This record gives sequence, structure tokens and C-alpha cells, in this order.
Amino acid sequence: MMERRRTIRLTVNGTRYEREVEVRKTLADFLRYDLGLKGTHVGCEHGVCGACTVMLGDASVRSCILYAVQADGQEVLTVEGLSSPEGPLHPLQQAFHEHHGLQCGFCTPGFLMSALELLAEKQNPGEEEIREALSGNLCRCTGYEGIVEAVRAADRTWDRG
Amino acid sequence: MKPAPFEYAAPESVEEVLELLGEHGEEAKVLAGGQSLGPLLNMRLATPGVLVDINRVEGLSYLRSGDDVLAVGALARQRSIERSISIPRRWPLLHQAAPYIGHVAIRNRGTICGSLAHADPAAELPAVAVALGARLRIRGARGEREVEAGDFFVNYMTTDLAPDELLLEARFPPLPPRTGTSWKEVARRHGDFALVGVAAVVTLARDGRCERVRLVYTGVAPTPFEAGDAEEMLSGESPTQELFGEAAERAARDCEPGSDVHASAAYRRHLVRVLTKRALGEAVRRAREEG
Repeated sequence: MMERRRTIRLTVNGTRYEREVEVRKTLADFLRYDLGLKGTHVGCEHGVCGACTVMLGDASVRSCILYAVQADGQEVLTVEGLSSPEGPLHPLQQAFHEHHGLQCGFCTPGFLMSALELLAEKQNPGEEEIREALSGNLCRCTGYEGIVEAVRAADRTWDRG
Repeated sequence: MKPAPFEYAAPESVEEVLELLGEHGEEAKVLAGGQSLGPLLNMRLATPGVLVDINRVEGLSYLRSGDDVLAVGALARQRSIERSISIPRRWPLLHQAAPYIGHVAIRNRGTICGSLAHADPAAELPAVAVALGARLRIRGARGEREVEAGDFFVNYMTTDLAPDELLLEARFPPLPPRTGTSWKEVARRHGDFALVGVAAVVTLARDGRCERVRLVYTGVAPTPFEAGDAEEMLSGESPTQELFGEAAERAARDCEPGSDVHASAAYRRHLVRVLTKRALGEAVRRAREEG
């Protein structure tokens, strides 16, 4: 069956949603416009800058070059899912805060999700591994030193057990 | 930014995929990982009428190395190369080139077969497939056929695939004994498309001479470029730095790079010279370790 609109069911940050969407709507636009989750930022819109990175299942993906219909039946985690507004920050967020891992903050949600994937898979990654894991995320103001330092710190403080 | 309107179908079997492709022909585009197609759609450089998403088709995500051949299903992600236990040992060139494909989030989605079918002349996997002598299993309404990677790439982003056919599987043969491989590339930033990349596959004879050499390049022609004359120069000879230099010179002369905003043709030829020597040196060293 072919469609221009389609009803999708998916879980975002633990909440189940059912929405009808245009099939050409990117996952990034769906998160921002349809669900109001504006923490996922949209930079280059062609998969280069990494600002729109979210987790789809266990894997980080660029939500600007994925269509919302492709997430049908799956689980998405965005930066809003890392911690609740009332509760403490996620250890990664806390580490970015403490180690000057952000300045303007535009790229930060993407960096957090890429770092989350790395640290979820790996204890005590080396500096090279951290830089490789973050190489798909561009930051245009802080520079990368503070970001790498923050990921190293979060590796120590985040109890993943 | 959003793509021009299209119709979307998410079939659940290969038969349904082929039916849709048969029905819509040139109007249809297969969506696998979408890491190359997505940007083209967003920028409206591609405006297909129908997107046939194959991600819901069961049983296409495999990497099978049970027999001697590595069989890669149409939906196997590029990231799976890095997670495989057998690939680094038995098809090391794939493992050597994989980290240069985009970034982790790109490789999580991007598929191996998708990269081959997209046939970007700057992409790593088409050159790797040609260098390893991969065979591609293609299915269409009229049945199945197999094409060698060397014959698959026809022109800039153009392959031997007919509009109503699907690239079902890529098959990588085992490397002969005493074979070493190397991938080298230069990109402006890590993860960007390379200005020039080279795959070297060197098989040494028992006496240490080169028995068979393959040199395949990205970024210097509309399709993966095999430097046949340079390969020939090395065949039967003892591998020496001097000979590598001569072969590199030959490859640089024979390739047909273009100039663009990123690099001139002359600079690309320079890279061919430098990278050929490095790749040959590393491949020979690895072949000796295999020895």
C-alpha cells in the first residue's frame, strides 16, 4: 500500500504516541513540531553536523535524514529523556556543565546522545575512542577539549550497572 | 527543509519490493539506510515519486561467513563490519575501510549494499568491492543474476541495476594465502568523502615476489578506478620501495581525476602517488605477516 500520510505508533522517552504524519516528515521535525520536543536541534539538515542525533533503539541516528514513518513501532530517546526537569541532571549532562562542555549549547543535544551511545557500550574509553565517537558532531564555539574532558568525567561518575 | 512529496511503501517481502519496483520503474527509489539518499531528498536533488522502504523486509540484515564466502544481505549495516569477529581476520580490507565511512551514527543506519547501489565515486565500499572481486546478487521480476563488482559500476552514480531490480546480496570471496590488504585515504576532515582513497590487495608468492596486486581508487574517475598497468608492473616482481614509486607514478598518470572546489586534478594525482606507495608498503608488510 502506498501513502502520502500514515499513522505511526512509537515510544519516545518512555511515552507512547500515536500520530498521523506526512510520510516525508523527518523524524527531527516530527519530534520538534508534532511532539514539541525541541531539545533535538536541526543544523545542517543533511546528516553532517550531528546536532539532531537521537537514539533509535540502541543506536545513534541522524534524525534529519530519517523519516518519522521509519520509527514506527520503535523506541526513540532524545535529550529530554536523559533527565526530568525536576530531578538531577544525567551524569553526562552534569559533566558537560562542570567541564565547560558547552558554550552556546546548540550542538550539545547531539553530543550528549553520541557520548551516551559510547559510554553505554564501553567503560573507560581512551581519548582516541572518545574523539572518534564524537567525530560526527560539530561544535563551532567551545572547541572540543572541554567536551572530551566531560565525557571522560562522565565515564567515571555514571553508574551504568 | 523537507523533501518534495513522495508516496511511501514499506513492503515486508522481497517479492512485494520487486512488484513495487516493477510497477513504478524509474519513478521508484529503494530506501535502505538512507544516509546518501536522505540528503539528496532533503535538498531536492532527487525527487522520486515513490520511496520503497525495504527496512521492514525480514531476513536481509545478515552477514554470513559460514562457508568461505562472506555474504552480506541488502540491509546489513556498515556498523556491523566493525562489530564482526570474522571480518577483521578474513576480510580485513572491509574492516580497514569501514571507520572512514561517515561517522558512527551514519554507519549505524547506512548499509553496505546501499552504498554499492548508490555508487558514489568518492565512497569507500565500491572500491573495496572491486578490489576484493565481490560478486553481486541481483533480483528482478525476470529472476536472479550475478554481476562482478568490476562490471557493476557503469558511470557516475550509475550501476548495472535496472530500475526494477534489487541488489539482494554482496558476496566477498576469501583472500588467497599470503595476502595483505590496506586502505588509505585523504579527506579534508575525518568522515568526509575522501579526495582520494586507495585499496591495495597484494598476494605474495612463496619466494616473496608479488604474485597478484590489485589497486583500486576512489575520487579519481566516475567509477572505482583500477590501475591495471600499475598492477601489471608489480606482478612477478620483488616488492621494493623503488618499484612502488614507479607503480604509483603510473597510476597517477593513468587515472582521470577532475578538479572541483575541494582539490585540483593535479593535487589528486599527487595524492594517488603518495597513497599508492603507503598502501602497497602496508599491504606487503601484512602479506608477509600472513606468510
